[in-house]
Amino acid sequence: MRAQTAVQIREPYFTKAFKPVVFALALLPLALLGWGVWQDTLGANPIETITRSLGEWTLRFLLLTLLLSTLRRATGWVQGIRLRRMLGLFAFFYGVLHLLSYLWLDQFFDWAEIWYDIVERPFITVGMLAFVLMTPLALTSFKAAIRKLGRNWQRLHTLIYPLTMLGVLHFWWLADSKSRTEVPLIYAVLLAVLLGERLWRWSVPRFSKTPVTH
Amino acid sequence: MLIKRPFDLTDNDVTDYALYQRRRDFLKTLGGIALIGASGLPLSVAAKSTFSTDEEQTPFDDITTYNNFYEFGTDKSDPAQYASMMKTSPWSVTVDGECAKPGKLNLEDILKPHSKEERIYRLRCVEGWSMVIPWLGFPLADLLKRFEPTSKAKYVSFETLFDSEQMPGQKRNVLDWPYAEGLRLDEAMHPLSFIATGLYGKDLLNQNGAPLRLVVPWKYGFKSIKSIVKISFVEKQPDTSWGRSAPGEYGFYSNVNPEVDHPRWSQRKERRIGEFRKRDTLMFNGYAEQVASLYSGLDLRKNY
Repeated sequence: MRAQTAVQIREPYFTKAFKPVVFALALLPLALLGWGVWQDTLGANPIETITRSLGEWTLRFLLLTLLLSTLRRATGWVQGIRLRRMLGLFAFFYGVLHLLSYLWLDQFFDWAEIWYDIVERPFITVGMLAFVLMTPLALTSFKAAIRKLGRNWQRLHTLIYPLTMLGVLHFWWLADSKSRTEVPLIYAVLLAVLLGERLWRWSVPRFSKTPVTH
Repeated sequence: MLIKRPFDLTDNDVTDYALYQRRRDFLKTLGGIALIGASGLPLSVAAKSTFSTDEEQTPFDDITTYNNFYEFGTDKSDPAQYASMMKTSPWSVTVDGECAKPGKLNLEDILKPHSKEERIYRLRCVEGWSMVIPWLGFPLADLLKRFEPTSKAKYVSFETLFDSEQMPGQKRNVLDWPYAEGLRLDEAMHPLSFIATGLYGKDLLNQNGAPLRLVVPWKYGFKSIKSIVKISFVEKQPDTSWGRSAPGEYGFYSNVNPEVDHPRWSQRKERRIGEFRKRDTLMFNGYAEQVASLYSGLDLRKNY
């Protein structure tokens, strides 16, 4: 028997089955959308429902990814960090599907119209930018890349901060005009808390025993 | 900038009118027989209208479950869920301003002199989706003339019911309540401007603006104010709720115009509810032939 540490006392929360269960749960939103398409329960404008739902799940997974590090610092639950890469990749996965549903279902690969959208609609511009920033993070998430990039990997992955802000802004501007911003506001507040915690620990290092990572 | 190019031709322009009308009559007869057969209703009370489109009509369920009616919530599904909280009987409409016969009329007296007709209109939402709705009602001009507007009346403004007990969405300050909209008098008097009291041959459901709503088919849907309780004849261009909320996004005219974008939605294309591919948006929602002359000399980019 090894020495009991705080980490190991919490070990039961992270058994071997934990990761596959989270993996399956993370696929649930997609399964529900698929079910909705099949059963025709997505309302009068199913394409809008699909695109928006996938976009929201992208944001939710990004926030969850950020939450894991905050939780570790707040509660000492170290094991949660083992979910971070998977949840980050799920954010990318839903981001790809969100983009695809816009390009295919919404615009039907009308590239002229898509380009016009990117240039003319600020909320599309920032959404595309967020996706562009997310891509290198997903592409460098395997072990060899982490080893090879070394310190630069850490630096590269701080992109999660601006890209998440752009994602929330994307949602906010879509809903803006004084009327439908309640839901985007919730995301903005959650993000502010998660980023605020990092900013606080970064600016007041004396209070922080754990180095700031994502 | 004036829009100088000729407006797009519609199907009506290429089909011989008599043939077009016969085809419509044939379809209507078929539809009518089917409806009577299915419902056992008495023979249709609604007269036909040459203003109707013969485009495929949006299913009843979509028209009554996918609504923007912020008085009941900002989600499209909220109106269908909460609109039953609104009591539409008794109902009265106040008419005031620059007219010889103002007053407060109850709904029965508003409706009595008018015979109902059906108008199958396209409806284009500023958000980039559209429907084809078979409304039931009567021309707005017929209603307005009864109050004898004076020469000072240049505009007509409308208001929706304001009662947060019946309209829970009004508890939140998402728009300036009561919802207000307006038209220039000549727009209001145009034969296409319509007061709807029903759709698909039935009474209007609350989420669609019962008991009395405006339909202005060449303008974005939000101009077609729902559940009207007040009509005012005024001298100056009236404020509108959306115009007050975001003046850079919602102009007074709000004519459907593929050339003038909204900051969040391109107006060049639209998705007809029920269709997979987007279609091109037509100038004045396809009613250019009838209404373009109302705006000759007006810069539609500035007066969006």
